[in-house]
Amino acid sequence: MTVVDIGYTGLTVSLILIVVALALSAWQGLGLERSIVGATLRALVQLLIVGLLLGFVIDDGRPLWLSWIWVSSIVVFAASTVARRAPELPHVFAVGLAANVVSVSVSVAVTFGFGIFPLTGRTLVPVAGMVTGNAMRTAVVGARRLTEAVAENRDDIEARLALGHSPARAVRPTLRATLRLALLPQIEANRTVGLVALPGAMTGLILAGTDPVDAVLVQAALLFLILGAAAISVSVIGLIGSRGLFTGDERLLAPARTAES
Amino acid sequence: MTETLFRFKNVTLAGRLFDLTLTIDAQCLTMITGPSGAGKSSLLRLCNGLEVPDGGSIEFRGAPLAKRLPRQHRRDVALVFQQPLVFAGTVGDNIAEADPSASTEDLLQRAGLDSSFIDRDADLLSGGEKQRVAVARALGTDPTVLLLDEATSALDEDSSAVIEQGARTFVEAGGSVVWVSHDAAQIARLADKVLHIAGGRVAQ
Repeated sequence: MTVVDIGYTGLTVSLILIVVALALSAWQGLGLERSIVGATLRALVQLLIVGLLLGFVIDDGRPLWLSWIWVSSIVVFAASTVARRAPELPHVFAVGLAANVVSVSVSVAVTFGFGIFPLTGRTLVPVAGMVTGNAMRTAVVGARRLTEAVAENRDDIEARLALGHSPARAVRPTLRATLRLALLPQIEANRTVGLVALPGAMTGLILAGTDPVDAVLVQAALLFLILGAAAISVSVIGLIGSRGLFTGDERLLAPARTAES
Repeated sequence: MTETLFRFKNVTLAGRLFDLTLTIDAQCLTMITGPSGAGKSSLLRLCNGLEVPDGGSIEFRGAPLAKRLPRQHRRDVALVFQQPLVFAGTVGDNIAEADPSASTEDLLQRAGLDSSFIDRDADLLSGGEKQRVAVARALGTDPTVLLLDEATSALDEDSSAVIEQGARTFVEAGGSVVWVSHDAAQIARLADKVLHIAGGRVAQ
Protein backbone atom coordinates (compact mmCIF):
# COMPACT_ATOMS: atom_id res chain seq x y z
CA MET A 1 0.00 0.00 0.00
CA THR A 2 1.37 3.39 -1.02
CA VAL A 3 0.59 6.12 1.49
CA VAL A 4 0.57 9.51 -0.17
CA ASP A 5 2.33 12.21 1.81
CA ILE A 6 2.79 15.34 -0.26
CA GLY A 7 4.61 17.31 2.45
CA TYR A 8 5.11 21.06 2.41
CA THR A 9 7.02 20.85 -0.88
CA GLY A 10 4.05 19.22 -2.62
CA LEU A 11 1.72 21.80 -1.12
CA THR A 12 3.92 24.63 -2.37
CA VAL A 13 4.09 23.13 -5.86
CA SER A 14 0.27 22.81 -5.95
CA LEU A 15 0.15 26.59 -5.67
CA ILE A 16 1.27 26.66 -9.34
CA LEU A 17 -2.41 26.30 -10.28
CA ILE A 18 -3.26 29.29 -8.08
CA VAL A 19 -0.61 31.23 -9.99
CA VAL A 20 -2.30 30.09 -13.22
CA ALA A 21 -5.64 31.34 -11.90
CA LEU A 22 -4.04 34.68 -10.95
CA ALA A 23 -2.47 35.00 -14.39
CA LEU A 24 -5.78 34.25 -16.11
CA SER A 25 -7.58 36.80 -13.93
CA ALA A 26 -4.98 39.47 -14.72
CA TRP A 27 -4.92 38.60 -18.45
CA GLN A 28 -8.71 38.75 -18.77
CA GLY A 29 -8.99 41.80 -16.50
CA LEU A 30 -11.31 39.99 -14.09
CA GLY A 31 -9.99 41.89 -11.07
CA LEU A 32 -10.12 38.73 -8.95
CA GLU A 33 -6.45 38.59 -7.97
CA ARG A 34 -6.94 39.91 -4.45
CA SER A 35 -9.91 37.58 -3.90
CA ILE A 36 -7.96 34.54 -5.14
CA VAL A 37 -4.98 35.31 -2.90
CA GLY A 38 -7.26 36.05 0.07
CA ALA A 39 -9.32 32.88 -0.39
CA THR A 40 -6.19 30.75 -0.84
CA LEU A 41 -4.53 32.09 2.29
CA ARG A 42 -7.75 31.78 4.27
CA ALA A 43 -8.28 28.17 3.16
CA LEU A 44 -4.70 27.31 4.02
CA VAL A 45 -4.80 28.92 7.47
CA GLN A 46 -8.24 27.48 8.31
CA LEU A 47 -7.27 23.98 7.24
CA LEU A 48 -3.94 24.10 9.09
CA ILE A 49 -5.69 25.23 12.28
CA VAL A 50 -8.39 22.57 11.87
CA GLY A 51 -5.68 19.96 11.15
CA LEU A 52 -3.74 20.89 14.28
CA LEU A 53 -6.88 20.90 16.43
CA LEU A 54 -8.12 17.66 14.91
CA GLY A 55 -4.74 16.09 15.50
CA PHE A 56 -5.12 16.97 19.15
CA VAL A 57 -8.79 15.88 19.44
CA ILE A 58 -8.76 12.56 17.60
CA ASP A 59 -5.33 11.37 18.59
CA ASP A 60 -5.58 7.75 19.73
CA GLY A 61 -4.63 8.62 23.31
CA ARG A 62 -7.28 11.32 23.75
CA PRO A 63 -10.61 10.74 25.55
CA LEU A 64 -13.69 10.41 23.33
CA TRP A 65 -15.49 13.31 25.01
CA LEU A 66 -13.14 15.69 23.23
CA SER A 67 -14.56 14.39 19.93
CA TRP A 68 -18.11 14.78 21.23
CA ILE A 69 -17.36 18.42 22.09
CA TRP A 70 -16.01 18.87 18.57
CA VAL A 71 -19.17 17.37 17.06
CA SER A 72 -21.40 19.51 19.29
CA SER A 73 -19.51 22.61 18.19
CA ILE A 74 -19.92 21.92 14.48
CA VAL A 75 -23.63 21.21 14.99
CA VAL A 76 -24.08 24.63 16.66
CA PHE A 77 -21.90 26.29 14.01
CA ALA A 78 -24.00 24.66 11.28
CA ALA A 79 -27.19 25.98 12.91
CA SER A 80 -25.74 29.50 12.96
CA THR A 81 -24.88 29.10 9.27
CA VAL A 82 -28.48 28.07 8.52
CA ALA A 83 -29.65 31.12 10.51
CA ARG A 84 -27.33 33.43 8.56
CA ARG A 85 -28.31 32.09 5.15
CA ALA A 86 -32.07 31.78 5.70
CA PRO A 87 -32.87 34.64 8.12
CA GLU A 88 -36.42 35.02 6.75
CA LEU A 89 -37.61 31.87 8.56
CA PRO A 90 -38.82 32.75 12.08
CA HIS A 91 -36.76 31.24 14.94
CA VAL A 92 -34.40 29.92 12.29
CA PHE A 93 -31.45 29.27 14.62
CA ALA A 94 -33.52 27.08 16.95
CA VAL A 95 -35.15 25.30 14.00
CA GLY A 96 -31.76 24.79 12.29
CA LEU A 97 -30.26 23.53 15.53
CA ALA A 98 -33.12 21.05 15.99
CA ALA A 99 -32.69 19.85 12.39
CA ASN A 100 -28.94 19.33 12.83
CA VAL A 101 -29.20 17.72 16.25
CA VAL A 102 -31.87 15.23 15.12
CA SER A 103 -30.20 14.34 11.82
CA VAL A 104 -26.72 13.96 13.34
CA SER A 105 -28.03 12.03 16.35
CA VAL A 106 -29.88 9.51 14.17
CA SER A 107 -26.89 9.15 11.80
CA VAL A 108 -24.39 8.69 14.61
CA ALA A 109 -26.69 6.25 16.41
CA VAL A 110 -27.07 4.13 13.27
CA THR A 111 -23.41 4.34 12.27
CA PHE A 112 -21.96 3.39 15.61
CA GLY A 113 -24.92 1.57 17.14
CA PHE A 114 -24.91 -0.97 14.31
CA GLY A 115 -21.12 -1.05 14.19
CA ILE A 116 -20.73 0.29 10.64
CA PHE A 117 -17.62 2.01 11.98
CA PRO A 118 -15.94 1.51 15.34
CA LEU A 119 -16.65 4.41 17.70
CA THR A 120 -13.40 6.36 17.96
CA GLY A 121 -12.55 10.02 17.60
CA ARG A 122 -11.01 9.21 14.20
CA THR A 123 -14.37 7.95 12.89
CA LEU A 124 -16.84 10.05 14.90
CA VAL A 125 -15.51 13.46 13.92
CA PRO A 126 -15.33 12.97 10.14
CA VAL A 127 -18.61 11.04 9.91
CA ALA A 128 -20.50 13.63 11.98
CA GLY A 129 -18.77 16.40 10.03
CA MET A 130 -19.83 15.07 6.63
CA VAL A 131 -23.37 14.40 7.80
CA THR A 132 -23.70 17.83 9.42
CA GLY A 133 -22.28 19.65 6.41
CA ASN A 134 -24.73 18.02 4.03
CA ALA A 135 -27.68 18.27 6.43
CA MET A 136 -26.87 21.96 6.85
CA ARG A 137 -26.90 22.60 3.09
CA THR A 138 -30.23 20.83 2.73
CA ALA A 139 -31.60 22.73 5.74
CA VAL A 140 -30.63 26.06 4.15
CA VAL A 141 -32.36 25.14 0.88
CA GLY A 142 -35.37 23.81 2.78
CA ALA A 143 -35.69 26.89 5.01
CA ARG A 144 -35.37 29.33 2.11
CA ARG A 145 -37.73 27.38 -0.12
CA LEU A 146 -40.26 27.03 2.71
CA THR A 147 -40.62 30.77 3.24
CA GLU A 148 -40.73 31.40 -0.52
CA ALA A 149 -43.32 28.68 -1.10
CA VAL A 150 -45.53 29.88 1.75
CA ALA A 151 -45.42 33.41 0.32
CA GLU A 152 -46.23 32.09 -3.18
CA ASN A 153 -49.07 29.88 -1.92
CA ARG A 154 -50.44 32.34 0.60
CA ASP A 155 -53.90 32.41 -1.02
CA ASP A 156 -54.14 28.61 -1.05
CA ILE A 157 -53.05 28.34 2.59
CA GLU A 158 -55.45 31.08 3.73
CA ALA A 159 -58.32 29.47 1.80
CA ARG A 160 -57.66 26.28 3.76
CA LEU A 161 -57.41 28.17 7.06
CA ALA A 162 -60.70 29.87 6.20
CA LEU A 163 -62.27 26.39 5.99
CA GLY A 164 -61.23 25.74 9.57
CA HIS A 165 -58.10 23.71 8.81
CA SER A 166 -55.30 23.69 11.37
CA PRO A 167 -52.11 25.50 10.27
CA ALA A 168 -50.32 22.15 9.95
CA ARG A 169 -53.02 20.84 7.62
CA ALA A 170 -53.34 24.10 5.68
CA VAL A 171 -49.61 24.22 4.94
CA ARG A 172 -49.22 20.49 4.17
CA PRO A 173 -49.58 20.62 0.36
CA THR A 174 -47.09 23.49 0.20
CA LEU A 175 -44.74 21.70 2.57
CA ARG A 176 -44.81 18.50 0.54
CA ALA A 177 -43.65 20.31 -2.59
CA THR A 178 -40.97 22.15 -0.60
CA LEU A 179 -39.51 18.99 0.92
CA ARG A 180 -39.36 17.34 -2.49
CA LEU A 181 -37.51 20.28 -4.02
CA ALA A 182 -35.02 20.49 -1.15
CA LEU A 183 -34.20 16.79 -1.30
CA LEU A 184 -33.98 16.36 -5.06
CA PRO A 185 -30.40 17.76 -5.39
CA GLN A 186 -29.19 15.24 -2.81
CA ILE A 187 -30.93 12.38 -4.61
CA GLU A 188 -29.53 13.63 -7.91
CA ALA A 189 -26.04 13.76 -6.40
CA ASN A 190 -26.32 10.11 -5.38
CA ARG A 191 -27.52 9.17 -8.85
CA THR A 192 -24.47 10.63 -10.58
CA VAL A 193 -21.86 9.94 -7.92
CA GLY A 194 -18.59 8.59 -9.29
CA LEU A 195 -19.49 9.25 -12.93
CA VAL A 196 -17.69 12.58 -13.02
CA ALA A 197 -16.23 13.58 -9.68
CA LEU A 198 -15.21 11.09 -7.04
CA PRO A 199 -16.70 11.99 -3.70
CA GLY A 200 -14.47 13.43 -0.99
CA ALA A 201 -14.12 10.57 1.44
CA MET A 202 -13.36 8.08 -1.30
CA THR A 203 -10.82 10.39 -2.90
CA GLY A 204 -9.13 10.93 0.44
CA LEU A 205 -8.99 7.21 1.22
CA ILE A 206 -7.59 6.32 -2.20
CA LEU A 207 -4.97 9.06 -1.93
CA ALA A 208 -4.12 7.76 1.53
CA GLY A 209 -3.47 4.32 0.02
CA THR A 210 -6.71 2.44 0.74
CA ASP A 211 -7.84 -0.15 -1.81
CA PRO A 212 -10.42 1.56 -4.10
CA VAL A 213 -13.07 -1.11 -3.42
CA ASP A 214 -12.69 -0.62 0.32
CA ALA A 215 -12.84 3.13 -0.23
CA VAL A 216 -16.06 2.68 -2.24
CA LEU A 217 -17.67 0.71 0.61
CA VAL A 218 -16.91 3.49 3.07
CA GLN A 219 -18.10 6.14 0.63
CA ALA A 220 -21.33 4.29 -0.15
CA ALA A 221 -22.12 3.94 3.56
CA LEU A 222 -21.47 7.67 3.99
CA LEU A 223 -23.68 8.54 1.02
CA PHE A 224 -26.58 6.58 2.47
CA LEU A 225 -26.08 8.27 5.83
CA ILE A 226 -25.89 11.68 4.21
CA LEU A 227 -29.10 11.17 2.20
CA GLY A 228 -30.94 9.93 5.27
CA ALA A 229 -29.63 12.80 7.38
CA ALA A 230 -30.61 15.33 4.69
CA ALA A 231 -34.14 13.88 4.60
CA ILE A 232 -34.39 14.10 8.38
CA SER A 233 -32.95 17.61 8.44
CA VAL A 234 -35.30 19.04 5.83
CA SER A 235 -38.29 17.30 7.41
CA VAL A 236 -37.52 18.89 10.77
CA ILE A 237 -37.06 22.28 9.06
CA GLY A 238 -40.42 21.84 7.32
CA LEU A 239 -42.44 20.51 10.21
CA ILE A 240 -41.08 22.74 12.96
CA GLY A 241 -40.15 25.72 10.79
CA SER A 242 -43.60 25.98 9.23
CA ARG A 243 -45.17 26.33 12.68
CA GLY A 244 -43.25 29.54 13.16
CA LEU A 245 -44.97 31.01 10.11
CA PHE A 246 -48.32 31.05 11.93
CA THR A 247 -49.49 33.07 14.92
CA GLY A 248 -50.87 31.53 18.09
CA ASP A 249 -54.41 32.28 16.85
CA GLU A 250 -53.71 30.37 13.64
CA ARG A 251 -53.18 33.20 11.19
CA LEU A 252 -50.45 33.22 8.58
CA LEU A 253 -47.70 35.64 9.60
CA ALA A 254 -47.33 38.84 7.69
CA PRO A 255 -44.03 38.58 5.68
CA ALA A 256 -45.75 37.88 2.38
CA ARG A 257 -48.08 40.80 2.98
CA THR A 258 -45.14 43.20 2.73
CA ALA A 259 -44.49 41.78 -0.75
CA GLU A 260 -48.18 42.20 -1.57
CA SER A 261 -48.49 45.86 -0.54
CA MET B 1 -85.29 42.39 18.58
CA THR B 2 -82.57 41.89 15.95
CA GLU B 3 -79.46 40.11 17.16
CA THR B 4 -76.16 41.85 16.48
CA LEU B 5 -73.86 39.53 14.54
CA PHE B 6 -70.69 41.64 14.50
CA ARG B 7 -69.93 44.79 16.46
CA PHE B 8 -66.75 46.67 15.47
CA LYS B 9 -65.58 49.32 17.94
CA ASN B 10 -62.85 51.74 16.82
CA VAL B 11 -61.16 48.99 14.81
CA THR B 12 -57.83 49.80 13.21
CA LEU B 13 -55.89 47.59 10.81
CA ALA B 14 -52.53 48.97 9.69
CA GLY B 15 -52.93 50.98 6.53
CA ARG B 16 -56.34 49.58 5.68
CA LEU B 17 -58.97 50.35 8.32
CA PHE B 18 -59.06 53.39 10.58
CA ASP B 19 -61.19 53.74 13.72
CA LEU B 20 -63.95 51.67 12.15
CA THR B 21 -67.13 51.42 14.19
CA LEU B 22 -70.12 49.51 12.83
CA THR B 23 -72.64 46.79 13.57
CA ILE B 24 -73.80 43.98 11.30
CA ASP B 25 -77.12 42.35 12.11
CA ALA B 26 -77.77 38.61 12.18
CA GLN B 27 -80.24 36.86 9.89
CA CYS B 28 -80.11 39.45 7.18
CA LEU B 29 -78.21 40.09 3.99
CA THR B 30 -75.83 42.98 4.59
CA MET B 31 -74.05 44.34 1.56
CA ILE B 32 -70.78 46.21 1.87
CA THR B 33 -69.93 48.66 -0.84
CA GLY B 34 -67.30 51.30 -1.47
CA PRO B 35 -64.41 52.14 -3.78
CA SER B 36 -61.44 49.82 -4.42
CA GLY B 37 -58.92 49.86 -1.57
CA ALA B 38 -61.55 51.07 0.90
CA GLY B 39 -60.92 48.13 3.24
CA LYS B 40 -63.95 45.98 2.36
CA SER B 41 -61.99 42.73 1.91
CA SER B 42 -60.06 43.46 5.10
CA LEU B 43 -63.38 43.79 6.91
CA LEU B 44 -64.40 40.28 5.77
CA ARG B 45 -60.98 38.86 6.71
CA LEU B 46 -61.42 40.32 10.20
CA CYS B 47 -64.88 38.74 10.42
CA ASN B 48 -63.44 35.32 9.44
CA GLY B 49 -60.47 35.67 11.82
CA LEU B 50 -57.77 35.63 9.14
CA GLU B 51 -56.75 39.02 10.49
CA VAL B 52 -56.95 40.56 13.95
CA PRO B 53 -57.25 44.29 14.53
CA ASP B 54 -54.24 46.37 15.61
CA GLY B 55 -56.59 48.45 17.77
CA GLY B 56 -60.21 48.46 18.89
CA SER B 57 -62.39 45.41 19.43
CA ILE B 58 -64.69 43.06 17.53
CA GLU B 59 -67.59 41.20 19.10
CA PHE B 60 -69.33 38.22 17.51
CA ARG B 61 -72.84 37.54 18.77
CA GLY B 62 -72.13 39.65 21.87
CA ALA B 63 -68.85 38.00 22.89
CA PRO B 64 -65.26 39.02 22.05
CA LEU B 65 -64.22 37.45 18.75
CA ALA B 66 -60.66 37.02 20.10
CA LYS B 67 -61.97 34.48 22.64
CA ARG B 68 -63.41 32.17 19.98
CA LEU B 69 -61.47 29.10 18.87
CA PRO B 70 -60.17 30.05 15.39
CA ARG B 71 -61.02 26.78 13.61
CA GLN B 72 -64.51 26.58 15.04
CA HIS B 73 -65.15 30.24 14.25
CA ARG B 74 -63.92 29.95 10.65
CA ARG B 75 -66.14 26.94 9.98
CA ASP B 76 -69.08 28.86 11.44
CA VAL B 77 -68.28 32.08 9.53
CA ALA B 78 -67.30 30.90 6.06
CA LEU B 79 -65.42 33.17 3.65
CA VAL B 80 -65.48 33.09 -0.15
CA PHE B 81 -62.53 35.08 -1.49
CA GLN B 82 -62.63 37.58 -4.30
CA GLN B 83 -60.18 35.61 -6.46
CA PRO B 84 -61.69 32.24 -7.39
CA LEU B 85 -59.37 29.74 -5.76
CA VAL B 86 -59.63 25.98 -6.08
CA PHE B 87 -57.31 23.37 -4.61
CA ALA B 88 -55.46 20.84 -6.76
CA GLY B 89 -57.62 17.80 -7.51
CA THR B 90 -61.21 17.27 -8.56
CA VAL B 91 -64.24 19.33 -7.64
CA GLY B 92 -65.21 16.49 -5.30
CA ASP B 93 -61.79 16.71 -3.62
CA ASN B 94 -62.35 20.42 -3.10
CA ILE B 95 -65.68 19.88 -1.37
CA ALA B 96 -64.16 17.11 0.76
CA GLU B 97 -61.63 19.62 2.10
CA ALA B 98 -64.55 21.35 3.81
CA ASP B 99 -66.24 18.17 4.99
CA PRO B 100 -65.53 14.67 3.64
CA SER B 101 -68.99 13.49 4.72
CA ALA B 102 -70.91 16.37 3.11
CA SER B 103 -73.35 15.71 0.27
CA THR B 104 -71.31 16.98 -2.68
CA GLU B 105 -74.27 16.94 -5.10
CA ASP B 106 -76.40 19.03 -2.76
CA LEU B 107 -73.64 21.59 -2.15
CA LEU B 108 -72.85 21.89 -5.86
CA GLN B 109 -76.52 22.34 -6.64
CA ARG B 110 -76.77 25.19 -4.13
CA ALA B 111 -73.93 26.89 -6.03
CA GLY B 112 -75.53 26.29 -9.43
CA LEU B 113 -73.43 23.30 -10.55
CA ASP B 114 -74.70 19.82 -11.40
CA SER B 115 -73.24 16.52 -10.27
CA SER B 116 -71.31 16.04 -13.55
CA PHE B 117 -68.73 18.44 -12.09
CA ILE B 118 -67.75 16.15 -9.21
CA ASP B 119 -64.99 14.29 -11.05
CA ARG B 120 -63.76 17.21 -13.12
CA ASP B 121 -60.28 18.64 -12.56
CA ALA B 122 -60.92 21.84 -10.61
CA ASP B 123 -57.90 23.59 -12.16
CA LEU B 124 -59.40 23.24 -15.64
CA LEU B 125 -62.69 25.00 -14.81
CA SER B 126 -63.52 28.52 -15.98
CA GLY B 127 -63.19 31.40 -13.52
CA GLY B 128 -66.93 31.46 -12.94
CA GLU B 129 -67.10 27.71 -12.34
CA LYS B 130 -64.19 27.91 -9.92
CA GLN B 131 -65.97 30.63 -7.99
CA ARG B 132 -69.10 28.46 -7.73
CA VAL B 133 -66.95 25.56 -6.48
CA ALA B 134 -65.53 27.95 -3.86
CA VAL B 135 -69.08 28.88 -2.79
CA ALA B 136 -70.10 25.19 -2.59
CA ARG B 137 -66.94 24.42 -0.61
CA ALA B 138 -67.64 27.27 1.84
CA LEU B 139 -71.18 25.93 2.36
CA GLY B 140 -69.59 22.54 3.09
CA THR B 141 -68.56 23.64 6.59
CA ASP B 142 -72.29 24.15 7.39
CA PRO B 143 -71.78 27.78 8.45
CA THR B 144 -74.32 30.11 10.05
CA VAL B 145 -72.63 33.12 8.44
CA LEU B 146 -71.49 33.44 4.84
CA LEU B 147 -68.97 36.14 3.90
CA LEU B 148 -68.88 36.73 0.16
CA ASP B 149 -66.17 38.92 -1.34
CA GLU B 150 -67.48 39.93 -4.78
CA ALA B 151 -68.57 36.35 -5.21
CA THR B 152 -70.41 36.93 -8.48
CA SER B 153 -68.01 39.34 -10.18
CA ALA B 154 -66.65 36.53 -12.41
CA LEU B 155 -70.05 34.98 -13.13
CA ASP B 156 -72.53 35.39 -15.97
CA GLU B 157 -76.04 36.63 -15.26
CA ASP B 158 -77.65 33.20 -14.85
CA SER B 159 -74.97 31.90 -12.50
CA SER B 160 -75.12 35.13 -10.49
CA ALA B 161 -78.85 34.68 -10.13
CA VAL B 162 -78.31 31.16 -8.72
CA ILE B 163 -75.82 32.43 -6.13
CA GLU B 164 -78.08 35.36 -5.26
CA GLN B 165 -81.04 33.03 -4.80
CA GLY B 166 -78.84 30.71 -2.72
CA ALA B 167 -77.81 33.61 -0.47
CA ARG B 168 -81.42 34.68 -0.04
CA THR B 169 -82.46 31.09 0.83
CA PHE B 170 -79.54 30.90 3.30
CA VAL B 171 -80.84 33.99 5.12
CA GLU B 172 -84.44 32.76 5.07
CA ALA B 173 -83.21 29.54 6.71
CA GLY B 174 -81.82 31.60 9.61
CA GLY B 175 -78.31 32.30 8.34
CA SER B 176 -76.57 35.64 7.85
CA VAL B 177 -74.78 36.90 4.75
CA VAL B 178 -72.23 39.70 4.52
CA TRP B 179 -71.58 40.41 0.85
CA VAL B 180 -69.04 42.82 -0.63
CA SER B 181 -70.27 44.05 -4.00
CA HIS B 182 -69.62 46.85 -6.47
CA ASP B 183 -72.77 46.09 -8.44
CA ALA B 184 -75.34 48.79 -7.68
CA ALA B 185 -78.19 46.83 -9.31
CA GLN B 186 -77.30 43.73 -7.28
CA ILE B 187 -77.20 45.79 -4.08
CA ALA B 188 -80.60 47.28 -4.85
CA ARG B 189 -81.98 43.82 -5.66
CA LEU B 190 -80.63 41.94 -2.66
CA ALA B 191 -79.57 44.05 0.29
CA ASP B 192 -81.47 44.13 3.54
CA LYS B 193 -78.89 46.62 4.78
CA VAL B 194 -76.06 48.47 3.04
CA LEU B 195 -72.80 49.67 4.59
CA HIS B 196 -70.67 52.04 2.56
CA ILE B 197 -66.96 51.93 3.40
CA ALA B 198 -64.56 54.57 2.13
CA GLY B 199 -60.96 55.23 3.16
CA GLY B 200 -61.10 52.53 5.84
CA ARG B 201 -64.14 54.06 7.59
CA VAL B 202 -67.91 53.81 7.38
CA ALA B 203 -68.98 56.61 5.07
CA GLN B 204 -71.76 58.85 6.39
